[in-house]
Amino acid sequence: MNKAFFEILRAGVNTTIQDKGRNHLYYLGIAVSGAIDQRNYILSNKLVENQLNEAVVEFAYQGPLLKLKNGRINFAISGDILFKIIRKNLEVEDGECYKSYILDEDDQIDIISTKNSIYGYLAVNGGFDLKKTWGSYSINTKANIGPNDGKKYSLNDKIFIKKSNTKNLIKKKINYNYSPDNIIRIIKGTNFDYFSKNATDKFFKEDFLITNLVDRMGIRLKGPKLENIVNTNIKSEGLVRGVIQVPADGNPIIMLSDHGTVGGYPKIGVVIAADLDLIGQLAPSTKINFKEVSLEEAQNIFKAYSDDTNKYLNECN
Amino acid sequence: MIKNISNLGDTAVYCDFGSEVNESININVIDYFNHLSKLIKEKKVEGITNLTPSYNKLIISFDLTITNYKKIKNLIEGLIIHRDIKNNNQKIKIPVCCDDEYALDIIRLIEKLKINKGQILELYFNKEYFCYMTGFIAGMPFLGDLNKNIRCDRLETPRVKMPKGSVGITEQFANIYTFESPGGWNIIGNTPKKIFDDKNLDQPALVNPGDKVSFYQITKEEYLNWNE
Repeated sequence: MNKAFFEILRAGVNTTIQDKGRNHLYYLGIAVSGAIDQRNYILSNKLVENQLNEAVVEFAYQGPLLKLKNGRINFAISGDILFKIIRKNLEVEDGECYKSYILDEDDQIDIISTKNSIYGYLAVNGGFDLKKTWGSYSINTKANIGPNDGKKYSLNDKIFIKKSNTKNLIKKKINYNYSPDNIIRIIKGTNFDYFSKNATDKFFKEDFLITNLVDRMGIRLKGPKLENIVNTNIKSEGLVRGVIQVPADGNPIIMLSDHGTVGGYPKIGVVIAADLDLIGQLAPSTKINFKEVSLEEAQNIFKAYSDDTNKYLNECN
Repeated sequence: MIKNISNLGDTAVYCDFGSEVNESININVIDYFNHLSKLIKEKKVEGITNLTPSYNKLIISFDLTITNYKKIKNLIEGLIIHRDIKNNNQKIKIPVCCDDEYALDIIRLIEKLKINKGQILELYFNKEYFCYMTGFIAGMPFLGDLNKNIRCDRLETPRVKMPKGSVGITEQFANIYTFESPGGWNIIGNTPKKIFDDKNLDQPALVNPGDKVSFYQITKEEYLNWNE
């Protein structure tokens, strides 16, 4: 029997395959990649009864228009997304996030846009039929690693679906109720003392604007110029997701999943692990504030974040 | 040895080996990197997700659901690192064509360094370099140290697209652009050799930290007929 697949009738702005990401390659210059919003990634898999590390489709802003061929599947979308299901008989249903649906041959999913956020996730029961590279399905478009030759999807591409092992497609739902504020919690960076007292005061008191320069590599912010009183360059050294670097122009850059693995700008802070999903979802023109927390506080906040994720996962059991 | 251990956020440990850049400090970093890589491969340590060695720092990333800063810090402090005499470091020879069409910044270098092309190339080819680290883009080696007479600052305006295979120099360092990418180094030639091979999953990078690299000059004909 032929395998089920999605035919891409509209590619969307940046449609890729993502998962938890690939580890142990920073030393070679290869980023972790993986879903920008890890919690929503996990929840989308849970809604279709997948292993939590299955590959999903990640889309940004405007998503793809997909037509199912050769099969019947169960799918779910997570995030804050406007989408419709166009049935074969041209009946149109408004889609609801955090809910699983059955899709029949020649039905279409039209992912119109994300709302007050950037990314969303589409999971199908059984996962996508793709090959892992270095232990991960994630597409890294900067190094052309992963499925689809490491490139984002284009019109007429096909995404094959693994044969589902569910006999009955079950409808699942999560009551996802999450209203984040725009306060980003950080731990002081290793070069925090490169900045003047005036600059560090401003860093915590004033607003920073998310500019249009946002992608899977990072976020450029605009705010008060942060004056460096030691050196605007350091010898190149490793970076991790969440690091806030400040180049000579004084405008911070936050590293996201596809970031360059080494960098030579001073690090004023690092976004705590529990706030990485949130920061990655903030759309251009959003204003944010930074708040300092201690390492111990960050670990407690992360514990609460994990407990919250588990609470949502348990709703689905 | 490690001068200071601190946290880089809540999911990484920052090991500082000092502020200078030299081979002996970097070998120290690489020894720790190799030792920890072995522990990870043999599954003797839990939760470490990445190791990032650089000139004089080692960053250890970890999964906060499995471990934490204190546990990894204790592990590092308890390690006894032996200089690995039988290390796997290699000596690698890399061909470079320096015809003017590949030596994109040779004119700038002649003006800045006040010596001629022949002298620049002689000083460049007449030395064995040490690989301090790889990174930025996949497999890009950071090599050093250049002869003092051919050290030059970065381009004032970086190129948006550096051709793949470009061989560059800046300050005391030499590198190779393994992919087309933005970049600000002074380009003196181009290599036809594959420096990063993502089909070779076990050893994708030709040059790895601790390796010794020397370059040799090839003609344009040899460059165009290069076959591997």
